[in-house]
Amino acid sequence: MSVLIENARVIDPVSGFDRVAPVCIQGSEILALGEIPDGFEPRRRIDASGRWLFPGLVDLSAHLREPGEEHKATIASETLAAARGGVTTLVVPPDTDPPVDSPAEVELISRRAEQACGVRVLAMGALTRALNGEQLAELAALKRAGVVAVSNAQCPLASPLVLRRAMEYAATFDLLVALSAQDAALAGSGCVHEGAVSTRLGLPGIPEAAETAALGMILALVEQTGARVHVNRLSTRRGAEMVAKARADGLPVSADVAAHQLFLTEMDAADFNPFCHVIPPLRTQRDREGLREAVARGEISAICSDHQPHESDSKLGPFAETRPGISALETLLPLTLRLVEDGLMTLPDALSRVTSGPAGILRLAGGHLTPGAAADFVLFDPDGRTDISPGTWLSAGTNTPFMGWSFSGHVSETWVAGRPAWTLPVEIAA
Amino acid sequence: MIAAAYPARQLPQPGPLPNDLQLTSTGQLRHLLTVEGLSRELVTEILDNAESFANMNEKAVKKVPLLRGKTIVNLFFEASTRTRTTFELAAKRLSADVLNINVSTSSATKGESLLDTLRNLEAMNVDMFVVRHQQSGAAHFMARHVEPGISVLNAGDGRHAHPTQALLDMFTIRRFKGDFTRLKIAIVGDILHSRVARSQIHALNILQAGEVRVVAPHSLLPAHVEDLGVHVFHNLEQGLRDIDVVIMLRLQRERMEHAHLPSEHEYFQLFGLTQRRLLAAKPDCLVMHPGPANRGVEIDSAVADGAQSVILQQVTFGIAVRMAVMSMVMGVRSA
Repeated sequence: MSVLIENARVIDPVSGFDRVAPVCIQGSEILALGEIPDGFEPRRRIDASGRWLFPGLVDLSAHLREPGEEHKATIASETLAAARGGVTTLVVPPDTDPPVDSPAEVELISRRAEQACGVRVLAMGALTRALNGEQLAELAALKRAGVVAVSNAQCPLASPLVLRRAMEYAATFDLLVALSAQDAALAGSGCVHEGAVSTRLGLPGIPEAAETAALGMILALVEQTGARVHVNRLSTRRGAEMVAKARADGLPVSADVAAHQLFLTEMDAADFNPFCHVIPPLRTQRDREGLREAVARGEISAICSDHQPHESDSKLGPFAETRPGISALETLLPLTLRLVEDGLMTLPDALSRVTSGPAGILRLAGGHLTPGAAADFVLFDPDGRTDISPGTWLSAGTNTPFMGWSFSGHVSETWVAGRPAWTLPVEIAA
Repeated sequence: MIAAAYPARQLPQPGPLPNDLQLTSTGQLRHLLTVEGLSRELVTEILDNAESFANMNEKAVKKVPLLRGKTIVNLFFEASTRTRTTFELAAKRLSADVLNINVSTSSATKGESLLDTLRNLEAMNVDMFVVRHQQSGAAHFMARHVEPGISVLNAGDGRHAHPTQALLDMFTIRRFKGDFTRLKIAIVGDILHSRVARSQIHALNILQAGEVRVVAPHSLLPAHVEDLGVHVFHNLEQGLRDIDVVIMLRLQRERMEHAHLPSEHEYFQLFGLTQRRLLAAKPDCLVMHPGPANRGVEIDSAVADGAQSVILQQVTFGIAVRMAVMSMVMGVRSA
């Protein structure tokens, strides 16, 4: 199908394109941008006056709970929530049940995604068999099956030697290794940042050193092995500084941060709020500012949702017994745009952290608007509002500390491969 | 008609806890979850009420009908002898009916959630829960989810709070020393894992104690402990200098397993309270311990049983303080 979208402010953070211009879509791809080619006869015309058009979001870490935990969420429910939030590509960590440690699980996930609303779902493969941290999974087979990276999710590796071997073996196939920087022994049974709040609440804390010690080990082994490594979900200022220095030294390292880390601190958990129970934990205001600066400077080149939907029972208990995680697909774009309102960065820069930034880390073709690229984009109404409320929430997990927050603008339509995956219902738009 | 007999209840929603969860809109005590945030007036009122119950407890007939017809459930997810029995005695002396439930040997081990346990007991029309739980925040969680009109008393949650213990300690100090503003108090031992220490520190600061010290090795102190309003010492002699009250904390044996300390022997050498060490404190310094004491580990028997020790008086006063709190949350006053 051919579509002409007219009068939208088209923003492409990669090329710097930012003006009101027509966008021509042919089939699943963008045919032209800024001009209408001779002989282009659109079957459908959309007048997008007053709206923005930018690339669909690429989320580097979203748990969809399928297979294995369908009582929490499904690929169908969460891809719809993603589309509503402007996300067109989701990367799922391998810690499903069973874990993604063979091509069968990769195929299962892509089949389920094909039956859903159209949002692209990409799997990360397990670094070790059953994520046991000891024996390597069959990484070459996983790569053939289409995984975009390999990771041990939040499961610890048995030793630094396993990590070294895993990096070396993955580097053989130029596979990206995605790692969580948290030393399991130093983190212990901790459930909040170790500091003034953990002391007052008597909750076991996770010290900053749990992140920096693990990161030190990872960076030393990147230097040793030359493997491409991506660090998921940094939580400390010091950790961000270590990654920035490693990148400046030319190491093949990238990092992301969960959007909630840029807005919340340990103080938000100070009333035992189970919705602020996340791993890595919310840290100090100083850490939050450090992470924001690193995002603004591009040292952290991606913001992810770290989406972890839960059923309500998982959050009904004393703080440490509740399951960690936030249902976050629908707040990724609003929080990222709030960074622009806060004066931290320009709109194109902020958009790049959730589009071309993460796409570049995975070496994906998407995340930008150019002729020939996939037609994955968002039509966004900057004059609307997004009220985070149970009535409009689409994710099966309602575990968000942002319930009740109100954001400027709303997603009008999300398109994947030249087709709308989600359109704002008329009654909400009005 | 059945629908009318069983009114629809709201599904429990997880979420943050209101700051004033333990107070009514008029500032009266509704639950007792933590000492933190209580006013000096309210703490003083609890201690004053406890004073009248303490006098009553010395009489031949030790029972008043203040809570007649009320049902109190002692819900203990962790073993306890002293705290549970003094709560039980306090309830009985107020003429309440008492149910003791030891959950560590009960349905929680069969996978029942805390909320389900709570709902099942509520269905028996109880008026008050006295709860001890291994998780910090458990009492807050229960207070958030109980039916209106039911009170929750925290008898110890994780490392977080043990408010009645701290209040009975304040009662003991006030009985023997009077005005808090001139007192220097040292808390010695495993502050990191101690809910008692946290509650004592809050209570002493609310009562405007002259100086609150903690004495421990770094490995037994929580991060930023000084933010709670204490001076930190790592040497027992220095920490005890000119002290009016010393509170010794119990050292759990498992601290050695997790590398907090090398041995009980070395701990006693450095932080154990002996008669000789006690000489650094004021001559009339009180020696306190929330119990149960490990003799020869944190405290020498000669000190625990010595003239300056008020360890057994703490237990006695514990009943009066718990009677005061129980009657206050039920909205009745002592005679």
